[in-house]
Amino acid sequence: MSDERFESWGRFPKAAPSRVVPVYWRSEVPFVRGAPPFLARGNGRSYGDSCLNGGGTLLTVRTLDRFIALDQERGLLTCEAGATLGEILDLVAPRGLFLPVVPGTQHVTVGGAIANDVHGKNHHRAGNFGAHVESLELLRSDGVRRTCSLAENPELFAATVGGLGLTGLILSATLRLRQLGPGVPQVRAATVALRGLDDFFSRAEEADAAHEFTVAWIDCLATGARLGRGLFTLGDWAAEGLPGARPRRRRLSVPVDLPVSPLNRLTVTAFNRLYYAGGRMASGQRLKHYESFFFPLDHVAHWNRIYGRDGPLQFQCALPRPAAPSAVRQLLGMVARHGEASFLAVLKTLGEVESPGMLSFPRQGVTLALDFANRGERTTRLFRELHETVAVHGGRLYPAKDAHMSGEHFRRQYAEVLPRFRAQVDPAFSSSFWRRVEG
Amino acid sequence: MSTPPKVVVFGATSGMAQQTVRLLAASGAELVLVGRDPRKLAAVSADARVRGAGLAEPVAADLDEPSRFDELVAGAFGRLGSVDLVIVAQGLLGDSRGCDRDGALAARVLQTNFTAPVLLLERVAARMADQGSGTIVAIASVAGDRGRQSNYVYGAAKGGLATYLAGLRNRLFRSGIHVVTVKPGLVDTPMTADLPRRRPTVPPSAVAVAILRAVRRRADVVYVPGFWRPIMWMVRHVPERMFKRMRL
Repeated sequence: MSDERFESWGRFPKAAPSRVVPVYWRSEVPFVRGAPPFLARGNGRSYGDSCLNGGGTLLTVRTLDRFIALDQERGLLTCEAGATLGEILDLVAPRGLFLPVVPGTQHVTVGGAIANDVHGKNHHRAGNFGAHVESLELLRSDGVRRTCSLAENPELFAATVGGLGLTGLILSATLRLRQLGPGVPQVRAATVALRGLDDFFSRAEEADAAHEFTVAWIDCLATGARLGRGLFTLGDWAAEGLPGARPRRRRLSVPVDLPVSPLNRLTVTAFNRLYYAGGRMASGQRLKHYESFFFPLDHVAHWNRIYGRDGPLQFQCALPRPAAPSAVRQLLGMVARHGEASFLAVLKTLGEVESPGMLSFPRQGVTLALDFANRGERTTRLFRELHETVAVHGGRLYPAKDAHMSGEHFRRQYAEVLPRFRAQVDPAFSSSFWRRVEG
Repeated sequence: MSTPPKVVVFGATSGMAQQTVRLLAASGAELVLVGRDPRKLAAVSADARVRGAGLAEPVAADLDEPSRFDELVAGAFGRLGSVDLVIVAQGLLGDSRGCDRDGALAARVLQTNFTAPVLLLERVAARMADQGSGTIVAIASVAGDRGRQSNYVYGAAKGGLATYLAGLRNRLFRSGIHVVTVKPGLVDTPMTADLPRRRPTVPPSAVAVAILRAVRRRADVVYVPGFWRPIMWMVRHVPERMFKRMRL
């Protein structure tokens, strides 16, 4: 039986834990209430099976959501690992502080953001989330709490950042925040139409140099000369925040699974055309509340249900810059040939800021993210081809988004760090992902 | 409570109390937080401070031990000067099978949920009557509305507490002190973490919102969620001759 509360956001694969142990206090040792293998679970927003532990014990940490200290002057926040980035922003944004790196949803926990070493629209400047973690507190299955940072237990720190939860239970972390002006932060955003892939690659460097935030949405159904046409979103912090309290906006919700996903080639083609045309016309600068700039999908609760029972499946790869133009061209062509439609196709440059994490996904170059409704074997075949193409071009896949990567690909793409990483893995911790790729 | 309220919370590390403390802290409240475990109390008070509490003072004390209550209540009132709100939230769940087998467990369930809170509330009531203002909130339970075979020792303790609170409300009415009885259904907290999940649960944050709303509106008895009120009305009105045959 699969319990929807313990699925991943991609809802595939399903792997039910044999026991679920909520962790309520940093001072407790939760291991006595379950049996190995253990895995911490935050808010379940990763897509594949890195937040699943089929047959094992899930230590759920959303209940570990307290703040511990806020140093307004130095911009340091210490909080428990189950607090979500949204809860942190609710606290700090009205005080003129912001997280230096946020992913596309604010519903991830601090522990999850560290374990997946997430990145955002400013990777070219700020690097990964882990680059802003001052220190973290890790509980290993031996019952010992260890403080980890670049200075203290540095090897364990490097393994835990991006370590997919395999090095133990992250209890708390101290994060370096970014100081902004007074008021609720807003972003000055502009949209520029991209005529094709070449347009993206020729403009990316200049855009990164000029703007804090850059990301491109790609109409992956456009073909031929228009292949890779899309909209380039460029953003920078506005000097002035919004005065007063942060507005509570209305939230939409998808109440039930849709039996047939309305996302198919036809509807996505129509959507993409309208979206592209709309974006072209609306180009120019606008001020946006930080939530609508960074987390547009968060306004629709349970949006993954649009993709039905076993979706959405995500694909995300990082490609070295020299290989990227031809690799992205091949990948998009492959999607089109398979007659699949990706609703959210995103291209973004990855910068050179080094992450402290061993297993961290981003590498300097370009990342492409796609999502698909799960049509079973057809989709699996497409993923196999996409993955092969990534491997041939010297790229790598993102465990947080993955449900299909082969063990061989994983071991090859992360080969240089895996021996060091394995030495830090907690012997009583594992995940469905880890068993799949380490076999 | 337009200026930041001054609040004493007994059982401050309970799931419902913690969420209430968060809401109060965000409004700048001055808080004295009483609980058993110093490490848990430290976590709750640090959280309250970050959220904006004007004061969040942890006081570690065993709330099953009435001999310290005079000192505890005097200390808390002394620290805050005057007190706008006292919340009594400590609780211990023990199922009937456990209580049947283990007399000591039954005694603890009665002590934590009934005897000790009543003795504590007596001291609080005297202090508040001296002040001539303030609100007292105590957490009872829907389980106290009628004895059922599955948890009647706990239910009897909570039911006894609710009866005591009704009397206290009546007694303090003329002194200008208001008493709120909160009756939650199954709440998703550490106390209930080991129960099988069949009935719908509510998050403790929902109870916290309901508590503060009840304080503002000076409500007497609130059920959380509200649907328990008609359900428990019906449960209370099933004839005993039928009720005793039911598996509840």
